[in-house]
Amino acid sequence: MLGWELPPHNSGGLGVACYHLCKALSKKGVDIEFVLPYTAEHDIDFMRINSAHPQDVEQVLKSGIAYDSFKYVKNSGEIEYIDIFGQSAIYEQAIERIVEYAEFDVIHAHDWLTCRAALRAKELTGKPLIVHIHSIESDRAGTNGGGNSLVREIEGTSMLLADKIIAVSEHTKQAIIREYAIPSEKIDVVHNSFDTANLITSEADSAYRYISAMKQQGYSVIVNVGRLTIQKGLTNLLHAFQAVVERNPKTLLLVVGSGEQYYELLSLAAQLGISKNVLFTGFLRGKKWRDAYAVADLFVMPSVSEPFGLTPLEAIGYGTPVLISKQSGVSEVLRNCLKVDYWDVDEMADMMAAVVRNKALGDVLLANSKQEYDVMSWDKSAIKLFDVYHTQREAVTV
Amino acid sequence: MSAKAIVLYLHVHQPYRIRHYTIFDAGNKHDYFDASHDSPTSNERIMHKVAEKSYIPTNKKLLELLHEHPEFKLSLSITGTVLEQFEKYSPATLRSFQDLVATGRVEIVGETYHHSLAFFYSLAEFEMQVKMHREKIEQLFGQTPKVFRNTELSYNNDLAYWADRAGYKAVLSEGWDPILGWRSPNYVYRPTYTNQVRLLMKNYKLSDDIAFRFGDREWEQWPLTADKFTHWLSETGDATNFNLFMDYETFGEHQWSESGIFEFLHDLPKKWLQTAGHSFMTVSEVAECFDPVDQIDTPQTTTWADTERDLSAWTGNPMQQQAIRGLYELQTNIIKSGDLQLIDDWRKLQTSDHFYYMCTKWFNDGDIHAYFSPYDTPYEAFTNFMNSYHDLEFRLIEKGFEV
Repeated sequence: MLGWELPPHNSGGLGVACYHLCKALSKKGVDIEFVLPYTAEHDIDFMRINSAHPQDVEQVLKSGIAYDSFKYVKNSGEIEYIDIFGQSAIYEQAIERIVEYAEFDVIHAHDWLTCRAALRAKELTGKPLIVHIHSIESDRAGTNGGGNSLVREIEGTSMLLADKIIAVSEHTKQAIIREYAIPSEKIDVVHNSFDTANLITSEADSAYRYISAMKQQGYSVIVNVGRLTIQKGLTNLLHAFQAVVERNPKTLLLVVGSGEQYYELLSLAAQLGISKNVLFTGFLRGKKWRDAYAVADLFVMPSVSEPFGLTPLEAIGYGTPVLISKQSGVSEVLRNCLKVDYWDVDEMADMMAAVVRNKALGDVLLANSKQEYDVMSWDKSAIKLFDVYHTQREAVTV
Repeated sequence: MSAKAIVLYLHVHQPYRIRHYTIFDAGNKHDYFDASHDSPTSNERIMHKVAEKSYIPTNKKLLELLHEHPEFKLSLSITGTVLEQFEKYSPATLRSFQDLVATGRVEIVGETYHHSLAFFYSLAEFEMQVKMHREKIEQLFGQTPKVFRNTELSYNNDLAYWADRAGYKAVLSEGWDPILGWRSPNYVYRPTYTNQVRLLMKNYKLSDDIAFRFGDREWEQWPLTADKFTHWLSETGDATNFNLFMDYETFGEHQWSESGIFEFLHDLPKKWLQTAGHSFMTVSEVAECFDPVDQIDTPQTTTWADTERDLSAWTGNPMQQQAIRGLYELQTNIIKSGDLQLIDDWRKLQTSDHFYYMCTKWFNDGDIHAYFSPYDTPYEAFTNFMNSYHDLEFRLIEKGFEV
């Protein structure tokens, strides 16, 4: 299996999904060799983790954005400059070496960064290739047909050459068909899930003393957790939130995350006259991150396009009802939540105001969503994937 | 030979800069102004730096000049926030200012203790801060201010009216062309709608030759010598007084010692006083000495900042407006709380510099605003301020107030 990250070194949901999928697959007896682009310690015993290159995770993260070049030191001490495409190429070279000695039946690659390596592995070994799409370039760019053209080329080519494509949602499957004209039959949807056992229960004393004090004063709290980027639809959220504050001044919006839209959102909140009500925390981990969910009365995910979206499930786990955009994969599996088109600012405001004003609504939403949540399991996703593996292996060994 | 006076007025100020203060600090720590020593916002470190580069050497030079030239005089305004920091971090600097004032030829100008824009948001708070400043000056210097300047030389008819009623001899303002029209700043004026108070308007061209252009090698007049400068003044027939108003930190901090600014200061009195009829006057002396030549109407607010000469450097963008309005909305409860520490912190947050750091005008060009800011971006300044504001709210809640 070819992946780009695993917890605790993940920058987003990709690593989390890979971790849980592999764990559930291993329970079904699948023997996994997981190749990462970096070397790190993992507390993982259900699969072998292989490092494609002796570099620490910071080196990969530094290369984060396409076209950025950063200083990079080789083992020999030689210095060169490398960008995210360079990282992808190094990964590809390492995979070439690994497939020479490794024994496996199926190549399973996650997202575009591993795709060049996956194609090379298929070329060298003739083994079936499954490309697993957690997000595509148009999602990340926040516009249909948008994004980095090199990335689009890699995505398109690898999906054309793949034997099977897995999409994390129907939303993503439709996006793949729209963006790359891939035949529908070639794409299976395997929804992400949520491992409820993995939830760390929040400690009693909240990290948000100020917000807790404000709640004592009758304030309600709405929270968003995610990168501050166009894809996440946060400008619409601020406009909607302004309408909520007009009707219900004792409302706070907690925005958790960092990203290139930070200054823009800070300025927009000021322009809308709601600076006092909007709190930005920056990027968080650990207790502060967990408590952000727990302190809120409503979690909102207003994404323009969200391939799946784990955060609403985390919110439910921490006892907070959710409002999500219809343009998200998670809205396909979650029933007991509020759903809104990301562009419908008025409706979004109405729904937020309804929960803020009517505690019973939030309570019922939470209680029912909690029932859905409790039966969620990655095992169902693993069963589907296991079948795909089986079919693909059969197809080749004839 | 006609009588002409140089009115040298220097403004001394340091704010209490807010440290990197997050939403997680709010409700936990109330130490907004206590950055660690190696941080860019460490008030103690900055005070030591400015004292060494500017206050100590400049005061040494000024004292020397006062001893050497019995006719040399100047005026100073020193904010409460900088006086407190002298007491805390640099008592030697405070003593050097006291030595200057002890010569009897240094006049202290009145202003708000916290270098705030309270005049435009709360008259009661403004008057309290003026009173606090007066008492601090009386206590440290044994002098009662007779002339008034508002923060950033902000001025309008209302301020003149207030100063007139409060019994001040004069108010200082920017000699801004749209207000002066064809008239010259080099005279004493009377504000409209007032009786006794006089208006002294900064000659910004001459002042900025020293304060901004002095070290600029691209400037066609570089290098500026005291000879050249006093020659310009002597050649100006149309004048009784040259109002040279600037930040004190011009000497040694904005214009570094290497620029020759201290040599310029050293030579200025000697060169100027060579000619009969030339003198130095303090601000109240000039207001008493010359009759006003005309009245000046200033319906809009002027300041000494930026090409706009208005309040836009402090209240021009929505972040600044949200921050400053929010702060004054807390006034009633803060005062009612009777918590002196809380009131003091609230007042320190009123210092205009906090809002100046949030200015986004020409942010991309990295201009003078960036030079004076200890923060990387205006957004960082805004975030630290708002989180401090939220902590004030928290403290009010703890006191039983509803916010």
